[in-house]
Amino acid sequence: MLEQLINWFPEWARPFIMPMLTIAIVLQVNLGVCSYLILLERKLSAWMQDRIGPNRVGPWGLLQPVADMLKLLLKEDVIPGHVNKFLYVLAPGISVFTTMLAFAVVPFGPVPRNLSATDGQFPFIIAPGVDLGLVFIFAVTSLAVYGIILGGWASNNKYSALGAMRASAQVVSYEIPLGMSVVGLALLTGSMSIEKILLHQADAGILGWNIWFQPLACVIFFAAAMAEAQRLPFDLSECEQELVGGWHTEYSAMKWGLFFLGEYTHVITISFLTSILFFGGWHFPWIAEPESQYLGSTLVKVLVLLMKSFAFIIVIQMLRWTIPRFRFDQLMGLAWKVLIPLATLNVICVMIVKQFHLNQWWLLPMSAALFLGAGLIGTQSSRPFARRTVEPVAEAHGHHAHAH
Amino acid sequence: MPINPKDIEWVEEPSMNFWESTYLPAVFDGLRTTGQHVADFHPVTEFYPEQKPDLPSHYRGVHRLNRDDKGRVKCVACMMCATACPAHCIDIVAQDAPKDDPHWADRDKFPKSFVIDELKCIYCGMCEEACPVDSIELTNIFDLTGMSRQEMMFDKEKLLSVFDQTKDSAHNPVRTHKGKLGHASDFTNLHTLGPATTVRADDRSAKANSAGVIE
Repeated sequence: MLEQLINWFPEWARPFIMPMLTIAIVLQVNLGVCSYLILLERKLSAWMQDRIGPNRVGPWGLLQPVADMLKLLLKEDVIPGHVNKFLYVLAPGISVFTTMLAFAVVPFGPVPRNLSATDGQFPFIIAPGVDLGLVFIFAVTSLAVYGIILGGWASNNKYSALGAMRASAQVVSYEIPLGMSVVGLALLTGSMSIEKILLHQADAGILGWNIWFQPLACVIFFAAAMAEAQRLPFDLSECEQELVGGWHTEYSAMKWGLFFLGEYTHVITISFLTSILFFGGWHFPWIAEPESQYLGSTLVKVLVLLMKSFAFIIVIQMLRWTIPRFRFDQLMGLAWKVLIPLATLNVICVMIVKQFHLNQWWLLPMSAALFLGAGLIGTQSSRPFARRTVEPVAEAHGHHAHAH
Repeated sequence: MPINPKDIEWVEEPSMNFWESTYLPAVFDGLRTTGQHVADFHPVTEFYPEQKPDLPSHYRGVHRLNRDDKGRVKCVACMMCATACPAHCIDIVAQDAPKDDPHWADRDKFPKSFVIDELKCIYCGMCEEACPVDSIELTNIFDLTGMSRQEMMFDKEKLLSVFDQTKDSAHNPVRTHKGKLGHASDFTNLHTLGPATTVRADDRSAKANSAGVIE
């Protein structure tokens, strides 16, 4: 059916049809999913806090996202007089554009192995065959911080500027463990392509999922990716208690909405990446094996991947309402003193295993040893405020100076 | 003046044990707590407009002017409430009771006009405390609204209508009954229930003539 559709177009246009179709589907689904994730998050936070949450618009508040969207679209779009108008308008666009662009290389279903753009197979990925997929994602998502920095700076507001500066320091720091944590995966798989990392795990079965060999990398990746997405407990750039709204203080209506669309798209991307890189993607024993060809197997694979990603989204949302926000020095300390050394050591472990052709299962105790070793060092490290002393007050010192 | 070092007491951070310094157990512990709230869900939310809150009986809402047993305004226009009011929101114009009218035969004074600015009022309950005849009381009504400031100036008729509206509700009984007409001197048969506190029957103050007064 899809092949007929493609053949209906002129020759030169045929390679563009499937990508266009995929982009359209991803974009629309993403918009809908984002708005309902916000509802889910509000409901989940309400349940955790023994509240009920939105329940007025539609049954169980199910139409609340529609009402919110309409409100954001119809609200007066205020552009304050004191802002740099060009950058102020540009910033939300950058924020959404970069996070959406990152999703281009994330497969959201079983990508066909011999895919060509014109044979009518649905690709389940916007940009198939990007061999530098991981690098592409980290390159593009780190550009998202430009949206925050530009928005904060263009707002000409001290809260915005503070938020933007915090965001830039945070993203620059957490880029490193984020990238380092997946270097091990690339070494194990022999490829930076996200599709290939997925297929490598799917072919190896459930005991070939990367979580068994790189559990520490998974934790580091998850924490650093949450910091990249500015989610609590890493949302120092927009913490309401200190900075009013942080970098989006001056934003309203749909520009503000675009920032949040970007943030939620980022969360979706993180969840997809975690489930693809560490938890086998669409692979699940018995029901979604690479060789399963039964009717609807493709749908099952898509659903497996979606359920895995959904589980991580739930975890991210639960973490948001569970863990209090870090202090800024703790945030930087976590990145530079904990995550980066651990990620580096983890890469070294993988190198050792690959170099000396050891059994891959050695990586599991190695990761555990690194983790427990970090905890041991944590108990031994001296805390800066542990031994406080006060300078004795110099009595009548001012008196003397006066007399002379 | 600098702080004397002797007065400073340093509070040390408790040292972290092994599992605490790996952070992850604490994270899972927190997730378990929040997850338990989701799994064992007992919301405390009240569906406000449909479900009215169960307010305590000493809640201080909109004022009312009580009526006496003949349906007249109980207020004797003594100005005690207006004097006690810290927000100066009570405005009373007193009038002599018409002597030739048998309806007012046992009264000396009554308020010709009695206006409370409900927007100025801070709902402290001082007027209720000050009133010698228990004429002014605060009800449980809290959701008063108006389209203009003028509308929120409650006059005598309005305040009396609040009484008619609330006198039979379980939450807003006429809390004290100091005499039928509200004479300030009637201290002989007082109930021991004060506005906000109840007194046990065997308490000394319960045997006193006046509530809360121990002789």
